[in-house]
Amino acid sequence: MFDRRDLLKGAGLAAFAATLNSTKALALDTVTLPFANGERPLVKYPQKRPMIGLTSRPPQLETPFAVFNDGPITANNAFFVRYHLSDIPYNLDPDTFALQVKGKVDKPLKLSLKDIRKMKATEIVAVNQCSGNSRGFSEPRVAGGQIANGAMGNARWRGVPLKAVLEMAGVQSGARQVTFNGMDGPVSDKTPDFVKALDLDHATDGEVMLAYGMNGEDLPFLNGFPLRLIVPGYYGTYWVKHLNEITVIDNVYDGFWMKSAYRIPDTPNNAIEPGTAPKATIPINRFTIRSFITSVPDGARLKAGRTTLRGIAFDGGKGIKDVSVSTDGGQTWTSARLGKDLGKYSFREWKLPVKLAAGTYDLKVRATGNGGETQPDTPRWNPAGYLRNVVETVRVSVA
Amino acid sequence: MQRTVLLAAFAAGISAVTAAPVNYKLPDEVAAFKPGPNLDIVQGNCSACHSADYIATQPPMKDKKGFWQAEVTKMIKVYGAPIDDADVAKIVDYLAATY
Repeated sequence: MFDRRDLLKGAGLAAFAATLNSTKALALDTVTLPFANGERPLVKYPQKRPMIGLTSRPPQLETPFAVFNDGPITANNAFFVRYHLSDIPYNLDPDTFALQVKGKVDKPLKLSLKDIRKMKATEIVAVNQCSGNSRGFSEPRVAGGQIANGAMGNARWRGVPLKAVLEMAGVQSGARQVTFNGMDGPVSDKTPDFVKALDLDHATDGEVMLAYGMNGEDLPFLNGFPLRLIVPGYYGTYWVKHLNEITVIDNVYDGFWMKSAYRIPDTPNNAIEPGTAPKATIPINRFTIRSFITSVPDGARLKAGRTTLRGIAFDGGKGIKDVSVSTDGGQTWTSARLGKDLGKYSFREWKLPVKLAAGTYDLKVRATGNGGETQPDTPRWNPAGYLRNVVETVRVSVA
Repeated sequence: MQRTVLLAAFAAGISAVTAAPVNYKLPDEVAAFKPGPNLDIVQGNCSACHSADYIATQPPMKDKKGFWQAEVTKMIKVYGAPIDDADVAKIVDYLAATY
């Protein structure tokens, strides 16, 4: 299997097309995620490096966690994949692809990819994270995709602001929300199609984007080629893939994927007593703040002496103010040095040199955002396993 | 003319729009249902919309029957799975006994 980058350098589009056609079933190996029933195959898909396979139809792929130590940008071929419904437009034609903009607008639009690429482009570096990222760690366990911490990634997205497209169409007075539908859909017409909605103010904030580019390349097919919605700071459920239908409405959208699914408890922490049911819920929205140690895996054996710990942090869009690290199980904390600021929606790298004598250590990392929010010592719980952001602990032995 | 456009696009760091349908090929589906009672009914109903690994990767629950009953009910009520009433208990029994 070729790497996409190599193809662009040399072989060209014909070889690229051949690559997409030539894949075989390959169970390369297995990995065991650190929770009960966590064994998964490593699988190889076109345009992807070996990924942790969660489900094959529809495809769901988790990023192996070691990838996050490669730098603040997640490679396209390592970026996680999550679909809900199995009728996926595997044979879509980018030349005939059209984005429809309709509903409460003065001038309904039908835009080709060329039309969209001709518009003034913008770029933003932003994390996309699945709402259910880390669900496998939820205790008590809950139904749903059982993923560890690899359903997240950070990319430089290129496209046009949704605001510019809506201005071209002319949003009518009385409009309240905008809905987004992609080309993927259900196998049965009894299954609700995957449609998401944003309030009009949010949709026209200038940051929400229609992206065709990812880290300097086209979107990989499984990440929404040829066009997807980018909703910086918001969970991936809103980042509709293969986006081809935008509708402005004058009410609050009540489709299944907004009204019943992807809901969080309407409590101060969006958490409830583990194992109970919430009284009221709201749609999931911004990321909780998180941080990770990426340079040392749990259970690692290190040599005594100096070592530099490193990792990443991110939040729902205020930006990271501080990342602190504890080598004594949380009794004392030291601020790490933050890496380059790629924007308030990006992963922020951090580094901290430490000196460790022989013994065992609980290494902990805790981020604080510019808004003052930080990570809890005990996990919050909700019935769908969303929003996990407990202070992470990596146990190491040093000799 | 076409060539000029392509070159300009590459120079700008953007790959050109491909000139043909994507034809994305998935690897073969290898996940299979474990042997168990009423396997044919389970395969006939569940496989229409999703692969077997959706079931196999669910967490081990204390109340297996309650858990799987709730999942099958969700598939019918929420996702519109056309499962015969007579098959529901058989599917739940298979799931509770097998996973």
